[in-house]
Amino acid sequence: MPDGAVPVLDVRGLKTVFRTRGGEVHAVNSVSFHLQPGELLGVVGESGSGKSVTMMSLIGLLPSPPAEVRAGEVLLDGRDLLKIGADELRDVRGAKIGFVFQDPMTSLNPVFTVGSQIMEPLTRHMGLTKAQARDRAAELLALVGIPDAKKRLKDYPHQFSGGMRQRVMIAIALACDPEVLIADEPTTALDVTIQAQIIELVKDLRQKLGMAIVWITHDLGVIAGIADRVMVMYGGQVVEQGPVRQLFSDPRHPYTRALLKTIPSLHGERAARLQAIEGQPPILNAAPVACPFRARCAHAHDRCQTENPQRRAVDGLAVGQGHDVACHWSPGGAA
Amino acid sequence: MSPALVQVRDLKMHFPIYTGLLRRRTGAVKAVDGVSFDIRAGETLGLVGESGCGKSTVGRALLRLYEPTAGSVVIGGEDIATLSPAALRAKRPMMQMVFQDPQASLNPRMTVQAIISEPLDEQSDWDRDRKQTRVLELMDQVGLNRRFANRYPHEFSGGQRQRIGIARALALSPKFIVCDEPIAALDVSIQAQVVNLLEDLQDNLGLTYLFISHDLSMVRHIADRVAVMYLGRIAELSPRDALYARPLHPYAEALLSAVPEPDPSREGARQRIILQGDVPSPANPPKGCNFCTRCPKVFDRCRVEKPDLVEVEPGRLVACHLYPAITHPSPDQPGGTQATKPTQQGEVQ
Ligand SMILES: Nc1ncnc2c1ncn2[C@@H]1O[C@H](COP(=O)(O)OP(=O)(O)OP(=O)(O)O)[C@@H](O)[C@H]1O
Ligand SMILES: Nc1ncnc2c1ncn2[C@@H]1O[C@H](COP(=O)(O)OP(=O)(O)OP(=O)(O)O)[C@@H](O)[C@H]1O
Ligand code: SF4
Ligand SMILES: [Mg+2]
Ligand SMILES: [Mg+2]
Repeated sequence: MPDGAVPVLDVRGLKTVFRTRGGEVHAVNSVSFHLQPGELLGVVGESGSGKSVTMMSLIGLLPSPPAEVRAGEVLLDGRDLLKIGADELRDVRGAKIGFVFQDPMTSLNPVFTVGSQIMEPLTRHMGLTKAQARDRAAELLALVGIPDAKKRLKDYPHQFSGGMRQRVMIAIALACDPEVLIADEPTTALDVTIQAQIIELVKDLRQKLGMAIVWITHDLGVIAGIADRVMVMYGGQVVEQGPVRQLFSDPRHPYTRALLKTIPSLHGERAARLQAIEGQPPILNAAPVACPFRARCAHAHDRCQTENPQRRAVDGLAVGQGHDVACHWSPGGAA
Repeated sequence: MSPALVQVRDLKMHFPIYTGLLRRRTGAVKAVDGVSFDIRAGETLGLVGESGCGKSTVGRALLRLYEPTAGSVVIGGEDIATLSPAALRAKRPMMQMVFQDPQASLNPRMTVQAIISEPLDEQSDWDRDRKQTRVLELMDQVGLNRRFANRYPHEFSGGQRQRIGIARALALSPKFIVCDEPIAALDVSIQAQVVNLLEDLQDNLGLTYLFISHDLSMVRHIADRVAVMYLGRIAELSPRDALYARPLHPYAEALLSAVPEPDPSREGARQRIILQGDVPSPANPPKGCNFCTRCPKVFDRCRVEKPDLVEVEPGRLVACHLYPAITHPSPDQPGGTQATKPTQQGEVQ
């Protein structure tokens, strides 16, 4: 990453808690990360580790109650999104940050045409006339690879296949030329051959449009192919973060290491038995006072039971700038 | 080589489509349209392919949870597809199914003990003590703590719920289990636990599996041979190592090339075959080869003539005009006994 480059998005110490009848759920615990212009940050982690809640917290998409963002700063071009009003935030969502969710069927409105859904942000946030918006919408549909784009504006979501609906979602997210695109498991519901189409599309759009992207997935293979940097979450925390090649070739956190070992490979040597990660993910009913991975960790020792490890650099660069890990243990070294 | 426990021949499962006010039958979804394969005793046959290609329908028709439209399914010497209801009932204990969604397939109002015991209640005349003993034995076998016998499904994690489903499937000591996406709903970190369990059970109990999945890496791990389905038919059926090293059918090749791998240096250099367009509807499959609308290697013959699934290399069955059948018969290969004979009926249209 270029030294001194100003991040487009800078998140510091974000904490989000859900207040439920069964007590508090500490879903996001002091998460910090940043995004450089044009960069693709991959976010991986177990189900329930806080990936979605982190991103929804950034842009005020969580209903409150039960959600409560307790601490942190979310700086977009230097402005703290946690401090601005609801109207201003809606404009940011429409114009500066685009969103693509996992299930394209639930995020497209079935009763409006695809065209009107792409045109809506254009007329609302970009001040285009209807005719201008229609032209731009057709352009966007063509950009995401939908043939006969102009004609298809009049179609409803159910007339598109799953892969095409996801392309429509991407078109909507890109409508206002955002600086940041947040994609939450955008290909998880799709078949691998359709996923490959969408990934090629995003790679291509990145080159053309140069926006920064946060891509959430549980698929380490997808991350390996598209990310510049990777952030690994576990139990509501960032447990490891680093440039993609370093993270895959020299993973430092016991969870990342176990995760990489547990998935069978498509080409390498075939293990007689899979390496399982025994146990279950943690219950997040209190602020963490110990390492969230300790119960499943092969390297846990006394300190892990009493002290939540802080992120520390593993390559001499400042935390967040290079490769860092939140763990009391070091591979090959003393604790 | 072990003999085939399961022999499927030209299996078809068409779901009628009714339209209009009079609900007239206007067509059919050809979910499975002429599928043949063998599963040897003690082997795991992987069944892969994209959403909607007919994997679950094959699995269900095999156990006669659907009434097949045509074809035969011989399991342990008897044709399941034509058995009388009484004979089918007597046969049921030997063949079971494990489902994708452990949450949806378990009755939330029943305790774990009652769920696992259900097949015993229906199929055996055992007394309560004997059933109870068997339930606890099954819980040990799948790694569930006996103390949880009186808990309800919602009190368990996804991986544990899948163990409950597996214990229930094992209750009647089956020989053959259809595993329909048994790990798809589970978190990556939990998947290996369940797959290891399935493998241990196979070793200890001599089980035969049809393992349905869209996870090609996991299928490479668990399966001995793999059938790749596309739009209701088998495109290729090959031994695992041969398929992953060198897929023959253009669809199998594209499918494998699309799977992302967790290795940045490899991913950077990878040549992907990006298929254009979408899978056609099984209500209206293309003429000729069903892959001809998306195949990068399509040529004229493909659009008029349906390729048969034939043995093109020893032990490898492929349905593609690019691969002529080998002529010498190799009787010890499944499907090979009729290597020169098509195992999917070809039709010139
Ligand atoms: N409305 C809510 N009320 C209470 N807890 C919630 C709510 N929404 C999310 N959570 C909890 O917050 C935690 C983080 O959830 P989140 O959706 O961010 O996980 P995730 O990492 O995106 O997982 P997945 O991979 O399954 O999408 C989980 O423990 C979840 O149960
Ligand atoms: N009961 C039914 N009635 C009508 N059509 C059906 C029925 N069951 C399945 N189909 C159709 O048959 C085709 C094959 O479905 P099937 O569920 O076997 O696919 P699959 O390969 O298991 O897909 P997935 O990976 O999504 O589970 C699909 O087009 C489906 O819509
Ligand atoms: S801090 Fe301890 S328990 Fe946590 S991952 Fe590191 S070694 Fe394991
Ligand atoms: Mg999520
Ligand atoms: Mg299915």
